[in-house]
Amino acid sequence: MAQALTRAMRDAMAEDPTVHVMGEDVGTLGGVFRITDGLAKEFGEDRCTDTPLAEAGILGAAVGMAMYGLRPVVEMQFDAFAYPAFEQLISHVAKMRNRTRGAMPLPITIRVPYGGGIGGVEHHCDSSEAYYVATPGLHVVTPATVEDAYGLLRASIASDDPVVFLEPKRLYWSKADWSPEAPAAVPGIGKALVRRTGTSATLITYGPSLPLCLEAAEAAREEGWDLEVVDLRSLVPFDEETVVQSVRRTGRAVVVHEANGFGGPGAEIAARVTERCFHHLEAPVLRVTGFDIPYPPPMLEKHHLPGVDRILDTVARLQWEN
Amino acid sequence: MTVQELPGAGASHRPTPPPAWRPRTDAAPLLPDPEPYRVLGTEAADRLDPALMRRCYAELVRGRRYNAQATALTKQGRLAVYPSTVGQEACEIAAAMVLEDQDWLFPSYRDTLAAVARGLDPVQALTLLRGDWHTGYDPREHRIAPLCTPLATQLPHAVGLAHAARLRGDDVVALAMVGDGGTSEGDFHEALNFAAVWQAPVVFLVQNNGFAISVPLAKQTAAPTLAHKAVGYGMPGRLVDGNDIAAVHEVLAEAVRRARAGGGPTLIEAVTYRMEAHTNADDATRYRGDAEVEAWKAHDPIELLERELTARGIIDEAGIQAARDEAEVMAAALREGMNADPVLDPMDLFAHVYAEQTDRLREQAAVLRSELEAEDQA
Ligand SMILES: Cc1ncc(C[n+]2csc(CCOP(=O)(O)OP(=O)(O)O)c2C)c(N)n1
Repeated sequence: MAQALTRAMRDAMAEDPTVHVMGEDVGTLGGVFRITDGLAKEFGEDRCTDTPLAEAGILGAAVGMAMYGLRPVVEMQFDAFAYPAFEQLISHVAKMRNRTRGAMPLPITIRVPYGGGIGGVEHHCDSSEAYYVATPGLHVVTPATVEDAYGLLRASIASDDPVVFLEPKRLYWSKADWSPEAPAAVPGIGKALVRRTGTSATLITYGPSLPLCLEAAEAAREEGWDLEVVDLRSLVPFDEETVVQSVRRTGRAVVVHEANGFGGPGAEIAARVTERCFHHLEAPVLRVTGFDIPYPPPMLEKHHLPGVDRILDTVARLQWEN
Repeated sequence: MTVQELPGAGASHRPTPPPAWRPRTDAAPLLPDPEPYRVLGTEAADRLDPALMRRCYAELVRGRRYNAQATALTKQGRLAVYPSTVGQEACEIAAAMVLEDQDWLFPSYRDTLAAVARGLDPVQALTLLRGDWHTGYDPREHRIAPLCTPLATQLPHAVGLAHAARLRGDDVVALAMVGDGGTSEGDFHEALNFAAVWQAPVVFLVQNNGFAISVPLAKQTAAPTLAHKAVGYGMPGRLVDGNDIAAVHEVLAEAVRRARAGGGPTLIEAVTYRMEAHTNADDATRYRGDAEVEAWKAHDPIELLERELTARGIIDEAGIQAARDEAEVMAAALREGMNADPVLDPMDLFAHVYAEQTDRLREQAAVLRSELEAEDQA
């Protein structure tokens, strides 16, 4: 996945001279995850810039650059280090189009490596998507596959609206039969995808939890469950139709994500599914999420993160018999 | 263990200096003068350009009238709120005057007058404050960023814009305005640091008007002056009498010239005073005394210039009257513009959230549309 992301930025920079990559250590080092590897060398330090170490400054400067017609792609080094930039994000990035009644859109892509499962220490594993999805004016997308990493990042950079592009850290090293020579079609922002068809229940998920859900779906076959898996790919906009169609077919739904459950995206999705599918539902919409705790230390994270067993236990509860 | 007891504390040898260390920049030329720079009433006034000063005078008078009119509109309920710049007109006007057409102004919420002096229609400049829409103009058309309410957050934008313009090879300078209170915000520091590291063509103008709402400068900073802060970032700091328009204009113009020539950013502290309350919602008597206000009254920017220009025969009674007449025309137009009720379309609420409306917003727009239709029928 890492290479697909790099390739997406490289192709975008080659095609469009207004695309600028900026952030901490993105130049010479190529980023701490090496996602910007080689970009400074190929396009020069003016196009791939090591900035001073200040997230509000980085995003704030990107706002000004976008005001002048550039397309900044900002790298936040880790999920929990993006918080200093929230003021800029919420007060300006998300609102500039609205404040200026359409006169000044900000085509900024904010790449945020997010989520746990990599044994990272404190402040390196937050699932911060709930903060972003609660902010009108931002698009929020997250790829779960190598193809989508490329396609969604291209779409994000091409978008005239700001996009928070959440990169599931633990999938950086995932591999696929994907050739950068023949990049997949750009999926466009706001389209979910049924990754696995099934008939007995729908797992609704995104980003780091997709592989888990696919694994759970395989395991569930032994229990006689034929699970459908929907990959949202985009949290804002939320592809309600794909989700609703699926749940109406299967009659049961579980939302799976590793962010905290209370006030998490799953709460919103469950509410929407309930509103739209009430008469089709055989059981309440259930959720499998991280616990409502600060991200735990690495040695305990496996207890916090949703795993296949927890998903299967929840699926079993869909046998609603009250 | 105390410091004295630390191992080696009593040793007579001095540690060797670290290898090849040297300061990056000589700090001395960056330091501001100890006293605010002044022109009016000093020998420097001999150099005044009469035409420029007559224009400054007319703009000051117009600016004062604008402040009075906007304040009156608040009392009539036409404006939700107005942060006055009475006493600060010299800063506001000089900031606008030193910029070329292609340059950009980044005002704070207080700086409507600077926007107006740059040529923005006063009614458009006040849409934010009357509650019409957030920004009443196209920022690109006027090269004026939206008036910024979250303190100091517009400063990094100015840096980014100036940086982008320079990358593109365009001759553009950004001038960003901030209050004394705003200099305590993180964004102020990050913007100055970015600007200096990038050598961006930016001028930062701090209007030190004495207070951040009720908090005096002494509780805001322990720095000798706000201009001193520049040195830590590696840019020159300049201290200027903010009520002396000749001085503010000169210092700003010099900083703009330097930025344009590739010399990098400058931080300017203009020492001035907010004669009126923070806004109409504020009671200034709770935090400051009449004596202080009276002392500043004697240092009024319009009177300072008028005295100098009259003494030098640059302006006469007729010139003064002409400036006042011109200001009245502006005030009448402003009154008229503000008395016309703005026509707002509630459906606009959904128009500019995203380039393309989401399903979610379409749904919510339908709810509002049917509510409006029901209202119409009732
Ligand atoms: C980030 C932020 N915090 C608080 C406020 C509320 N507030 C509005 S004006 C103001 C004082 C600003 O003082 P100063 O920067 O000196 O500017 P002045 O009002 O004197 O022009 C405060 C605290 C704000 N607008 N933004």
